[in-house]
Amino acid sequence: MPQGELCNRQPIVTDEQLKLTLSDKSGKKYYAEMLELDVDTNALWATIQKTMKARLKTWLEICAHCGMCADSCFLYQVNDCVPEQVPSYKIQSTLGHIVKKKGQVDNEFMRHCMKVAWSQCTCCNRCGMYCPHGIDMGVMFSYLRGLLYSQGFVPWELKIGSGMHRVYRAQMDVTTEDWVETCEWMAEETEEEWPGLTIPVDKQDAEIMYTCNAREPKHYPEDLAEAAVLFHVAGTNWTVPSEGWEQTSLSMFAGDWECCKDNVNHVYDAIERLNPARVTGTECGHAHRATVIEGPYWAGREDGLPPKPYIHYVEWLAEALREGKLKIDPAKRIKEPVTLQDSCNYVRNQGLKDVTREIISYIVEPGYFVEMAPNKEHNYCCGGGGGFNGIGMYREQRNVALRKKMDQILDTGCKLVIAPCHNCWDAIRDLEEEYEIGIRWSFLKPLIIGMLDIPEGMRVEW
Amino acid sequence: MYELLTGPLLWLVFAISFGGLLVRVVLYFKGLSQQLDRVAYKAHLSYGLKGAFNSIISWLNPVGARAWRKKPGYTFIFFAFHIGLLATPIFLAAHNIMLQENLGFSLPQMPAFFADLLSWTVIVACVAIILRRIALPEVRILTTAYDYLLLVITVAPFVTGLIARYQMGDYQFWLLAHIITGEIWLLCLPFTKLSHCVLFFCSRAQLGMDYGIKRGGLKGSTFSW
Repeated sequence: MPQGELCNRQPIVTDEQLKLTLSDKSGKKYYAEMLELDVDTNALWATIQKTMKARLKTWLEICAHCGMCADSCFLYQVNDCVPEQVPSYKIQSTLGHIVKKKGQVDNEFMRHCMKVAWSQCTCCNRCGMYCPHGIDMGVMFSYLRGLLYSQGFVPWELKIGSGMHRVYRAQMDVTTEDWVETCEWMAEETEEEWPGLTIPVDKQDAEIMYTCNAREPKHYPEDLAEAAVLFHVAGTNWTVPSEGWEQTSLSMFAGDWECCKDNVNHVYDAIERLNPARVTGTECGHAHRATVIEGPYWAGREDGLPPKPYIHYVEWLAEALREGKLKIDPAKRIKEPVTLQDSCNYVRNQGLKDVTREIISYIVEPGYFVEMAPNKEHNYCCGGGGGFNGIGMYREQRNVALRKKMDQILDTGCKLVIAPCHNCWDAIRDLEEEYEIGIRWSFLKPLIIGMLDIPEGMRVEW
Repeated sequence: MYELLTGPLLWLVFAISFGGLLVRVVLYFKGLSQQLDRVAYKAHLSYGLKGAFNSIISWLNPVGARAWRKKPGYTFIFFAFHIGLLATPIFLAAHNIMLQENLGFSLPQMPAFFADLLSWTVIVACVAIILRRIALPEVRILTTAYDYLLLVITVAPFVTGLIARYQMGDYQFWLLAHIITGEIWLLCLPFTKLSHCVLFFCSRAQLGMDYGIKRGGLKGSTFSW
């Protein structure tokens, strides 16, 4: 069978193809074509032979089938503990089977793998912590996603997502002009209230270069304005690059590794060009993982580090509060029970568990912070990680997945959840929409701005 | 027959088994890829080694890893099985007499009563592991005939050894059966999933390095297993 017009093994590389795929409402034609899509079994096996190294091969081989990973998976827990949701089973029956068959699998099996890879694993990496052999199924599912993507078996939204990154170098169609205009627009608007505030674009040798998530300029530019306010109040010499400002990577969720490399290089080029002392990004978990934790490897950097120290927003914020560059008015501190969502992508994947709690210590009145159980690196995925949030055909499964976070939040008794991660924020918003448990959720930026102790004359009161 | 099985054949089995395991370890580490695994093993070696050490130690300790603490029943069975499996053949008096005769040295020997107890522990734990595989849906779905075969291969030297020890039936027959099943077990180590006896350390060290470097170690975060 031939490859489809929309569903095929080629990545989206032109604006025309992107618009064509987007115009296919809910991917109706795309998924219909997928039913007929050929599997290039030789290419599949060749890729496995080239890319499957000792670690993954050993993991598949030595899994003791002990089932210790079962409880570690929130998807197993919320799906009534059906054995098909045991992490080891999920990977052995998909990737394990492909390897056993030396790539000789058919269309139906690949579609089954797609369903498992994107609706039964969020690549949260929690199972890796509970396996006696140290087998991380999240890592293996990321690998499987790469194989599936290369064969065209990827959810419609993520094919588009990685296409967006390839065409616009952003997860949404935000061009360089759009971005720079948004910066100017936000600076003008915000300056009315904060005299002297600027959003400097392409400034050389700044203290901090700021990067963000394309959804911010596209859908909620006030987030950019809030970042600007905090940099301004903290007296930071900062800048944003005109190119290389987008640090997210839907291509990472899609398994489009070539695109991942291109995108992260684009950000690194901006760092090299503008030569800031440090870089920080917005309150986004997967963006941080893509640009800072995994990105250096995609780019082939020997030390596994970005070209300049690249910190998560929570690290910048904690530092500004610690050093007194941002001061909190004690009277405005949070005085209601509040809990914190630990993002898998920078807590379990980079150990930033204490720094978020340090921020809490500045902004929450003692006695009001309630930890989720379990928390820190043992916390569960928000329910919508790894691309799950954005995939229409798996919405029902995603809504079930949200129940774990819902139960965790309900158990804290809090009505306010701090979620310094775009994806967690979205998932918590969706869970409130779906289950109406009466909670509020927030990024850190607006919370902090609301409780700042601002030097006189810095802000114009209306 | 006895001379052959405990003489040249035994040496050959040892060579294949231990040589094979060594090859597996070497191939594991040689087959790691900084870029594909996304871990800069060499650039941050000290952080990596610290993580590797923490990871291995936490999981060799029955209360060291959170996963062990959460499942005390299974943990008990698991550790009893593995301790018996390793300690009995190494410290058994009869084995050490052979070692003394052949190589002129021996290891500390355990009392016969203790060896019996450990052998029974292995057998009982093995039965418990099999029952668990059958009883729990989350384990049953993972279990294949290969898993049972490996359990049989592993426990066979203990069953035959105990029968010979208690002199039930034809002692010579059960002694030979014990030696043969023991040698089959040794031969299977490098070629089957039993290779986890060394690859456990490799895999754990690897994930420990991952956590010790990019997943928190460089940020000063000690990972709690």
